[in-house]
Amino acid sequence: MSNNNLSVISLVSLGEHPTSRRPRRAEQDARAIELGIKLVGDNLQTLHAGELSDDASQQTALRSYLGMGLAEIKLLEMPADADAVLVIADYLKQQKTDIILTGVRAENGESSGMLPYLLAEQLGMAMVTSIADILSIDEVNKQAEVLQALPRGQRRKLKVDLPFIASVDMAAALPRQSAFGPAMRGQFETTLGGTFTDEESSDWQIVDAKKRPKRLKIIKAKTAADRFKAATAKASGGGGKVVYGVEESAQAILDLLIEEGLI
Amino acid sequence: MSSSEFLSHFLFTLISFALLLTLVGAVKRMLLWSQGQSSTIHWLGLLQIPRRYLVDLHHVVARDKYMSNTHVATAGGFVLSSILIILLYVFQLTLQILTWALLGSSLLMFIGSIFVMLRRRNPPPNLSLGKWQRLPKSLMVFSLSFFILTLPATGILPSDTGGWLLALLLVAGIIWGIGEMFCGMTWGGPMKHAFAGALHLGLHRRQERFGGQSTGLKAIDLSSKKLGVEKPIDFKWNQLLSFDACVECGRCENNCPAFAAGQPLNPKKLIQDMVIGMAGGDDAKFAGSPYPGIKVGTHKGGAIIPIVNVLVESETLWSCTTCRACVDACPMMIEHVDAIVDMRRFETMEKGQTPGKGSEILENLSATDNPNGFAPSTRMNWAADQNLTVFGHNEKKQQVTQADVLLWVGDAAFDMRNQRTLRAMIKLLRAAKVDFAVLGDAECDSGDLARRLGDEATFQRLANSNISTMNKYSFNTIVTADPHAFHCIKNEYGEFGGNYNVMHHTGFFAELVSQQKIKLDNSKELALTYHDPCYLGRYNGEYDAPRFLLESMGVKIKEMERSKSTARCCGGGGGAPVTDIPGKQRIPDMRMADVIETKAEIVAVACPGCSAMLEGVVEPRPEVKDIAELMLDALIEDTGEDMVGAQV
Ligand code: SF4
Ligand code: SF4
Repeated sequence: MSNNNLSVISLVSLGEHPTSRRPRRAEQDARAIELGIKLVGDNLQTLHAGELSDDASQQTALRSYLGMGLAEIKLLEMPADADAVLVIADYLKQQKTDIILTGVRAENGESSGMLPYLLAEQLGMAMVTSIADILSIDEVNKQAEVLQALPRGQRRKLKVDLPFIASVDMAAALPRQSAFGPAMRGQFETTLGGTFTDEESSDWQIVDAKKRPKRLKIIKAKTAADRFKAATAKASGGGGKVVYGVEESAQAILDLLIEEGLI
Repeated sequence: MSSSEFLSHFLFTLISFALLLTLVGAVKRMLLWSQGQSSTIHWLGLLQIPRRYLVDLHHVVARDKYMSNTHVATAGGFVLSSILIILLYVFQLTLQILTWALLGSSLLMFIGSIFVMLRRRNPPPNLSLGKWQRLPKSLMVFSLSFFILTLPATGILPSDTGGWLLALLLVAGIIWGIGEMFCGMTWGGPMKHAFAGALHLGLHRRQERFGGQSTGLKAIDLSSKKLGVEKPIDFKWNQLLSFDACVECGRCENNCPAFAAGQPLNPKKLIQDMVIGMAGGDDAKFAGSPYPGIKVGTHKGGAIIPIVNVLVESETLWSCTTCRACVDACPMMIEHVDAIVDMRRFETMEKGQTPGKGSEILENLSATDNPNGFAPSTRMNWAADQNLTVFGHNEKKQQVTQADVLLWVGDAAFDMRNQRTLRAMIKLLRAAKVDFAVLGDAECDSGDLARRLGDEATFQRLANSNISTMNKYSFNTIVTADPHAFHCIKNEYGEFGGNYNVMHHTGFFAELVSQQKIKLDNSKELALTYHDPCYLGRYNGEYDAPRFLLESMGVKIKEMERSKSTARCCGGGGGAPVTDIPGKQRIPDMRMADVIETKAEIVAVACPGCSAMLEGVVEPRPEVKDIAELMLDALIEDTGEDMVGAQV
C-alpha cells in the first residue's frame, strides 16, 4: 500500500518484560509501528513523550523501535510527573494527522488503556479500539476500512472516517525484528513538550495490585477431546443474553451475585 | 638451426613470457584481495609456509592416504621441476646435475599425475568436475613434455631425436603445460590453490592455529558504520585470500551435517561463491554438488554487490550448525564458520532478518538473559532442594566471595531434562568434597547462542555482565557441563578481559577420578557409545577425558564410525534449532542412526544441547545419558562418617 499523502503517527511507550520487568519495546506499540510502516513506509512518524533516560537499558528499549528501521523518533520531553495525554494532545493539535496509532494499553505505569480515548476526546477524533489491521484507505472520500479484533479470533470490518485514532491489538501482524545497527544510529529529535502536570494522580495512593480471584472451573470432561475443549474454550456462560434497560441490567448483576453466593 | 637449438631459444622466450604473465596475474589477484578490509599482516608467517605446508596441511591431507601420497609426488615433483626449469631455461645454467634432477622430478610428477588421473576416473561426488577434470591431463602433459625434453640433454637419447616433429609436439605440450601450471596459478585455473594457498598458509588470519588452537569467534567493534559482512569487500583481505585457496576437494562437503540432511548448504560451494563474489561473475561454471535444493547457475555476484539473496540465499547461511566439521576437514585451513557468522551478523544486526524464532529468542536474551524468557529471578528454582552455596549472598546473610570451584550452571537451569545432569554433578562434586559455589540469579546466558545468531551486541552485553559478576569473586576454576558456555568463557571472554581457568565437567571429573577422589564401580557391562559434542571436541580438542571416565566405569565404548574430530554434529549448535531451516531429514535423526549402527543401548553425551537434540529423536532408540548421570549410577560412596558430610 502506498499512501504518500497520508500522515500517520504512531505513539510509542516504554514497555516492560512480564517476567524480568526490564524495559523493552512494548509489544502492542511495536505492532502499531509495523502497521504504520505497512501504510506509509518511511513516512511514518513516531512519537514518544517522556525523558531520555540516562539508564542504558531504558535507552536500549526506546532505541529498539528505531531498530525497526525508523530514521528518528520525535521525543516530547516532559518531566516524570507530567500528564502525557495533555502533552501529546498539545503537540498533535498543531499537526495535521490522518491516523494516530497507539497500543491498547501500556505495559507499565498506570496502564489504564485510557490514553487513546482521552486523546480522541481532546482532539475530537474518532477512536477505534483493538484493531488488527487497516485494510484500505480511500483518500478521496477520507475513509478507511479497518479490521477490529474481537475475542476468540473474531474480526469485525469497520469503515472509519479520517482522521481517527486506533489502538492496535496483539492480534495485529507481528512486529519486525529490531536490529542493533539501525537502533544505535537512529536519532531522537527532542522538543520540549508543553508543561502539564498530572494533577489528579498526585493525590492517588498507589497500592500493589491483588491477584484477581479466579472462578473455580469444575470440569467434568470424560474424554481428551472434552478436556481440550474445556481448557481452550472461554467460559461462555450459556445463559448469556443482551440486556438493555438499566433496571434489567442491575437485576441481572444482582441475580448473578446471589447465584455465586457473594451476597 | 637444429631442432634442439630452436627449442632452447624458444623455451627461453616462452618461459620468460609465461612467468611475466603469471606475475601480472598475481598482481591482479592481489588487487582483488586488497579490496577487503584491513587486518594485521603477519609477515613472519610467510617464513613458516614450508613448515605449515609440510606439517599442518599434510596432517589434514593425510587423513586420505591415497591422496596425500599422490599430492606429495605431484606437488613435490612440480615445485622441484619448476625451480629447475627456471634455472635451466631462464637462467640457462648448464649443469648436468640439474638436468638429471629435472629428469627425476618430472618423472616423479608424472607418476603422481597418473594417480590423480586414476582418482578422477570415477570421481566421488564431493570432487568438482569441469576444469578440475582437465588438471590431471595438464599435469601429465607438463611433466611428460619436460621429461622428454630433458632426455637428450642427459645424453640418454641423442640430441635432435625425433627431429622437428617431436620438437613441435614438445612446444605444444609445454605451452599447454606451463599455461596451466604457471599462468593458471594466478589467472584462476585449478592451480590457483597452490599460489593462493601458499600465501594463505603464511598470512592466515588465525596464526595461532598452527601448532595450537584458535576457535573462538573474533569480536567486532559495535560502533562501526557497518556491522558484519554485506558485500565481499566487507570481509578482511586475508579472508578473501583464504577463499582463493580452496582446492574444491569437497572434504568439507563430505563432513557437513547440514549438507547430508539436505538443507541448502554446501560449505564448498559457499567458499566458491565467495570467490565468485570477490572476482565477479555467476555460478554457472561451478562443477561440484549444488546447495541441496538450489539449482546451480541461478546466482551471480560481485565485489560490491550484497551477498545474501543475490549470490547466496539466506537459508544457506542459517542452515549451519557451526559444528566446525568443515574447518577441521579442510586441508587449506579455510575458516568457513568465521565467514558464515560474519554474514549472519549483517543479517541480524543491520537487517533484522534472523529467521525462525530468532527474533523472539534474541529479544528474550536481551530482556531476561535467557533464551526462553524465563524470569531471571527463577534461575535458581531448580536447585530449591540442593542447598547450594551462592556467591554474594546466602540465606544466612553471609557474604560468600570465595570458593575453589565456580560451578557454571548454564541455561540447563530452566530445562527439566538437563536439571537431572546438574543434580548428578552436584552429588559427584559433594562426594569428592569439592568446595564449590554458584552465581545464582546473577548468572546470565553465556552468549553463545546470540553470538552465533549474529547478534554480537547481545553477546558482548552478556559476556561483559558475566565477567563483571565473576570478577567480584575469587575462585580457581570454572566448571560447567555445557561445552558451549565452556568454549565461550574459555576462548571468547578473553577479548573482553575475562581470563579464567575453565574446565568442562568431564575434564574436571577425570582429574578427580584419577586422583581417587571419586571412586567408580567398574563392573558395569554397558553397551554404550559416546557422542562427541562439537564444542568440546573440535572446538577444544577434548576427546580423551570423557572416554577415560567411561572406561573407568568398565565400559568398552562401541565407537561410532564418525567419532572424535570427525564426529557428526547433533544438530543443536549455532542456533540451528532456532532458525530451523527445513531439509530432507533431521540432523539428530542421522546422528541417532550412527548410534544405532553400533548396537549400543546407551549413548553417552556431555552437553545439554546434545541430550536435548538426541532425546528428541522418536523412540524406540537408545537411551541418552550425560556422563555425569552415568557416573552417579556408578559412584561408590564412602562409607562411615564421611557419608554424612557427603550428603549435606
Ligand atoms: S560448520 Fe558444520 S554445519 Fe556449518 S558448514 Fe561447516 S560442516 Fe556444515
Ligand atoms: S573449503 Fe577446504 S575442504 Fe572445502 S573444498 Fe575447499 S579446500 Fe576442500
